[in-house]
Amino acid sequence: MRTASSTRSCRRLDDPRDREPRRQVRFGAPWSVDFQLRHFVRGEAALSHETLACRECDLLQEIPPLPPGGKARCPRCGETLVSHRPKALDRLLALTIAAALALIVANTMPLMGLEAVGRSASTTIIGGAIEMWQQGSQITAVIVAFCAVIAPAGHVAFLLVVLIAVRRPPAPRWVGELLRSAHFMEPWSMTEVMMLGILVALVKIAELATVIPGIGMYAAGAFVLLIAAIIATFEPHEIWSRVQWADGTRPPVPWDRDQTPAGTTR
Amino acid sequence: MSVATLSAARAGIVSCLTCGLLSRPAAAEPGYCRRCGAKLAWRKHHSVQYTWAFLIAAAICYIPANALPVLGTTALGSTEFDTIIGGVIFLYKTGSWPLALIVLVASIMIPLGKIVALSWLLITVQRGWARNAHDRARLYRLVEFIGKWSMLDVFVDAFTVALVQLSPLMSVEPGLGVVFFMAVVVLTMLAAQSFDPRLIWDSSAERGAHGG
Repeated sequence: MRTASSTRSCRRLDDPRDREPRRQVRFGAPWSVDFQLRHFVRGEAALSHETLACRECDLLQEIPPLPPGGKARCPRCGETLVSHRPKALDRLLALTIAAALALIVANTMPLMGLEAVGRSASTTIIGGAIEMWQQGSQITAVIVAFCAVIAPAGHVAFLLVVLIAVRRPPAPRWVGELLRSAHFMEPWSMTEVMMLGILVALVKIAELATVIPGIGMYAAGAFVLLIAAIIATFEPHEIWSRVQWADGTRPPVPWDRDQTPAGTTR
Repeated sequence: MSVATLSAARAGIVSCLTCGLLSRPAAAEPGYCRRCGAKLAWRKHHSVQYTWAFLIAAAICYIPANALPVLGTTALGSTEFDTIIGGVIFLYKTGSWPLALIVLVASIMIPLGKIVALSWLLITVQRGWARNAHDRARLYRLVEFIGKWSMLDVFVDAFTVALVQLSPLMSVEPGLGVVFFMAVVVLTMLAAQSFDPRLIWDSSAERGAHGG
């Protein structure tokens, strides 16, 4: 049994001493989605690239080679560990460029116009925050600006840079930093909540004035759908495998996983 | 499941929460991830204490958030103040009960539910409960997923203020309640982020009750 007590130093995960003969894994159909992972029996924990610990429950397990479109789920808590989508990075890049364009339009064009007693005016997303600031609620203004403008923009901008940078692996170290920042922004990016908030606000004041939805509103709607697609397609393992390691080594995993299923050749 | 389940921590392996890389640290203090440079930890640093701190702060803010007005509406010289529940009643009365229900759930029930759910998760983790690990893991995922939706009322207020300012007949100003309400949302989100769901499974593995 190899444990921390018997292993003195932190070793590279592709250390040949750690490699064990790969087992043949059979699939029903090539697109079969979920299949059980082999449990690690105590004392058998040899690390390979396809050994993972579940983020949610820390169960140590080996990921078998996945068929295109296949997903590996944790047998204990059900968390999706890895999914293998062919051309995931290309799709992600396309979605992220579209999301970036939609976000630029959503923030620059008027979100909605208002007509009351012969006068008309319009507001943008940041206009909501600015108005809050002017009405004396600065903290609220800052949080609204962060959740509705800064976090979505940061999330998409960082992702865009990361996805472009990893097209030519090994990507430099700062790409990992950016990916971490993008991951930090994700829960605070609340465009979908903002959309629903605008809807409720519109209903509240509908009897006072006529409200005309602007181009910004449609762009924000498109952005919400694109972000949902990005989060569903996102594959951090694929990206991390292409980033240069912090200790200066090159990424040890072959990056053309679309051609060679993970772990079959090495 | 008859096979003994082995968590990475028990095998002396620490997994990086940023990039997922597994390392075998030589010392008790795992140091930094060799791939992404993030600080490694067997479990999130002081997860239980931080989560309790955020939760208690959120519970305290929850009271003024609901008692103080979130919006003050001035029309024809008279000013009216509305609390969150007042806004829900207004929506219900004006005939849009689906929206009233959405605001009620997002602004009143979700924050309270999150505080209760996370407190329960913390208590069960501290007492080392082995039962219901699956349900508790699912509850945690739900709390994490719905967290941002309670921000709804803040956006409603911000855009009501912005839109009404465009109209010459009346004016709306944000009340102090909205600051406390926002504090509740942000604090419960921070509490959910600082909670380590792996703690749920640690006690079930230690007691020999295998969750598979």
